[in-house]
Amino acid sequence: MTDRWSAGVLHYAEMGYWQPDYVPKPSDLLAAFRVTPQAGVPPEEAGAAVAGESSTATWTVVWTDRLTAYDHYQGKCYSVEPVPGRDDQYIARVAYDLDLFEEGSIANLSSSIIGNVFGFKALRALRLEDMRIPPHYAKTFQGPAHGIVMEREYLSKFGRPLLGATVKPKLGLSARNYGRVVFEALKGGLDFTKDDENINSQPFMRWRDRFLHCMEAVGKAQAETGEIKGHYLNVTAATMEDMYERAEFAKELGSVIVMVDLTAGYTAIQSMARWARRNGVLLHLHRAGHSTYTRQKEHGVSFRVIAKWMRLAGVDHLHAGTVVGKLEGDPGTVAGFYDTLRCHQAEPDPAKGLYFEQDWVSMPGVMPVASGGIHAGQMHQLLHYLGEDVILQFGGGTIGHPQGIAAGATANRVALEAMVKARNEGRHLLAEGPDILRAAAKHSRELDMALSTWGDVTFDFESTDTPDVTAVPTLGRGA
Amino acid sequence: MTRPGFTLARPGPGNQDQGQEPAAPGALADDATVDLTAERAGAGVDVVLDALESDLVGLRPVKTRVREIAALLLVDRARSRFGLSAGAPSLHMGFTGNPGTGKTTVALRMAELLHRLGYLRRGQVVSVTRDDLVGQYVGHTAPRTRDAINRAMGGVLFIDEAYYLYRAGNERDYGQESIEILLQYMENHRADLVVIMAGYADRMETFFASNPGLSSRIAHHLEFPDYSLDELAAIGELMLREQRYRLSAAAEATFRDYLQRRMTQPRFANARSVRNALERARLRHANRLIAADGALAKDDLMRLEPADFLASRVFAS
Amino acid sequence: MRITQGTFSYLPELTDEEITSQLGYALGRGWAVSVEFTDDPHPRNNYWDMWGLPMFDLADAAGVLHEINECRRACPDRYIRVCAYDSRLGRQTVALSFLVNRPADEPGFRLGRQERADRRVRFTIHPYALDRPAGTRYSP
Repeated sequence: MTDRWSAGVLHYAEMGYWQPDYVPKPSDLLAAFRVTPQAGVPPEEAGAAVAGESSTATWTVVWTDRLTAYDHYQGKCYSVEPVPGRDDQYIARVAYDLDLFEEGSIANLSSSIIGNVFGFKALRALRLEDMRIPPHYAKTFQGPAHGIVMEREYLSKFGRPLLGATVKPKLGLSARNYGRVVFEALKGGLDFTKDDENINSQPFMRWRDRFLHCMEAVGKAQAETGEIKGHYLNVTAATMEDMYERAEFAKELGSVIVMVDLTAGYTAIQSMARWARRNGVLLHLHRAGHSTYTRQKEHGVSFRVIAKWMRLAGVDHLHAGTVVGKLEGDPGTVAGFYDTLRCHQAEPDPAKGLYFEQDWVSMPGVMPVASGGIHAGQMHQLLHYLGEDVILQFGGGTIGHPQGIAAGATANRVALEAMVKARNEGRHLLAEGPDILRAAAKHSRELDMALSTWGDVTFDFESTDTPDVTAVPTLGRGA
Repeated sequence: MTRPGFTLARPGPGNQDQGQEPAAPGALADDATVDLTAERAGAGVDVVLDALESDLVGLRPVKTRVREIAALLLVDRARSRFGLSAGAPSLHMGFTGNPGTGKTTVALRMAELLHRLGYLRRGQVVSVTRDDLVGQYVGHTAPRTRDAINRAMGGVLFIDEAYYLYRAGNERDYGQESIEILLQYMENHRADLVVIMAGYADRMETFFASNPGLSSRIAHHLEFPDYSLDELAAIGELMLREQRYRLSAAAEATFRDYLQRRMTQPRFANARSVRNALERARLRHANRLIAADGALAKDDLMRLEPADFLASRVFAS
Repeated sequence: MRITQGTFSYLPELTDEEITSQLGYALGRGWAVSVEFTDDPHPRNNYWDMWGLPMFDLADAAGVLHEINECRRACPDRYIRVCAYDSRLGRQTVALSFLVNRPADEPGFRLGRQERADRRVRFTIHPYALDRPAGTRYSP
């Protein structure tokens, strides 16, 4: 004992951070890290260092530690396994006691786990792959303000994915012209339209004017279709006070939904989620900026962790990947994200990149949003890979339609309904998809034109973020 | 939004006979041939008929009738492929006979047969009595009857002791309403549903006589005769063999004697009574073994003796 | 105008065969099915009149189609829809809902505008059909 507490520097593994016999308690938070140690650092030491630096450790022994029940607060690395096919990378699993964390605070959770350890010199690279949130901790969060089931009942739309589109161009439209795009798209058949992440309140269009014109468009479209429609009004702003002001105005105008960017920060997002539930307004989260730290497999935070945090924080929608669109998305990994958002219980599944079981203890699911370079001609793939509880956003795929925005919206809606109908009839989507679309196009000139315009467009690059277990190439043409 | 101004032809209100089996892709040419043996094998008809043979002792006339119906339906199927017959044949049936004569078992096999031949989409059997179909107050009956029918769609609705639906002279009785509804479905959903009504022969006859609309819709009447003494003994043997028991030579004779006496007594329920008797015998057999001393061989645990039957009240009178 | 509520409203009207197919899908997943009708197509009208209770434990769709046709016969000038209910933990809600009948003539909605301070307008939609008393809303 004297050795453990003598002044000086010890290996982390000797300070109690490496405990291969430790059996995680049901109330522990668990984290899986992808660790690439510097040359000469043993894997157990690297794992222990991660455990240490994300909990109690500092670089030298300090006597003040002994004023505490020290071993209770230590992160315990209980497993280190090599990554298949690599001799320099390991998956380290760490258990943290519940007492390390403030109840119901994503800001605290993230500061605790990733606040300190990622710059640590002894590691060449580090990635937080996955976390297990115990029920004891999950229950301290509000969770989604509405969730998938409640959203469908709110909108009275069942049995099919929802459709949306981001208003394009990203920048420059005046408020009145912006509202025209919204009106045409909603009238044509989409359920939602969306502000882009960078549309907040700029010199070419201030937020209040945009909100007024958009809600006029929504009102008219509802009257012309008899359906409930919405436009995600982006309330992201420089301060929380401004955000509340914008959200209150959106509510006053009768919007069913508002939108926040991830860049507003975890605290703002949780505040907005609380507001959203109290005020009966859906909350859409755009994951702006995430790929800076989620995309590379070696270093950063996996998006599945962000997805878990955002479900706890309480958003109703979260962008989660498309597989077949223009943005990064390996099928297995994206399936893992969708499971994380939607399922009530998930099992570990290496092919989906899920490292832990996760019991959400009846916390509602988040509606995933697929957005980015997708078009009606891919509807069979989208329904097959992403399922029914998803929002499919076709920005360019709506606005770029040769016959106009409303026609583009109709084309997407017809394609979607035809595909859902065919799936229910037992047809095989991937094999028969193009035939189903062509048959539907016979009754819809809009869809016919859409297929001629975009039929062959795919985005074919190898994914950078894939699971370890199977080397699955990105979707090829015509699959 | 531009929409082409189409409306596809939709069979809307006023169109009966929904859910008919999809029309044949095209009638066979006049000089085409069909191979009934192959069709029969293909449908797996023999599997069901063989199961019927092995499941049930005796019932020769019933088994013959089932075979005849199977043949009729195979031929009907072939005929419809030539375009010779259109529409679903009526398959509703009446099963008459005393309790315990195999009516429910045959109904199950019939459902399976009709399913394999393609006349019933699912082949399940929903078994009901009057209490499941008729309500106690106004407006109660229709939903109950419709609910039973809906659950039986695609299969067989087996109505046991069907005559209780009709209580002549009682105006507050809602059974008549149930009968009306059944009649409608029996007529309009021949391709979706087969109704089998079962019960005692004399009461079924009275029932059908008072409801000519119903009896005219029953295409096949099957009579389930009482079992003979030999058949009952055989049924008993079958049951014992299933349960891994056997009768000693002496017990066989005692058992026959038992059956002979029991058959003449009131409330004899054929196979069911045999089952009950064997259960009581097993009870006595067990008590006899407990009372006896010494080691027991495997055969002792299997073998029933006369004493296990003689204790019955049947022998007292 | 043609209201576009329900899952398949942008497709040609479903034939009875297609309806049977969708019902088969719902029954195959163990969902209860119910038939509802209304003369008030406002999108926030959740509670249409029920045509009998939801049907549970059905093996085959023929019974449901019979009820649909009975409802069409009784109320040819109403909106009629089929709802399927998923009772699993985590759902416990409607899983599928689509129209199977519409009035021959759909007058649509009036968009009401209530002007308030600055440019704010309160929008409300009102089905034209509701201008007439119940029972006569879609008759010529």
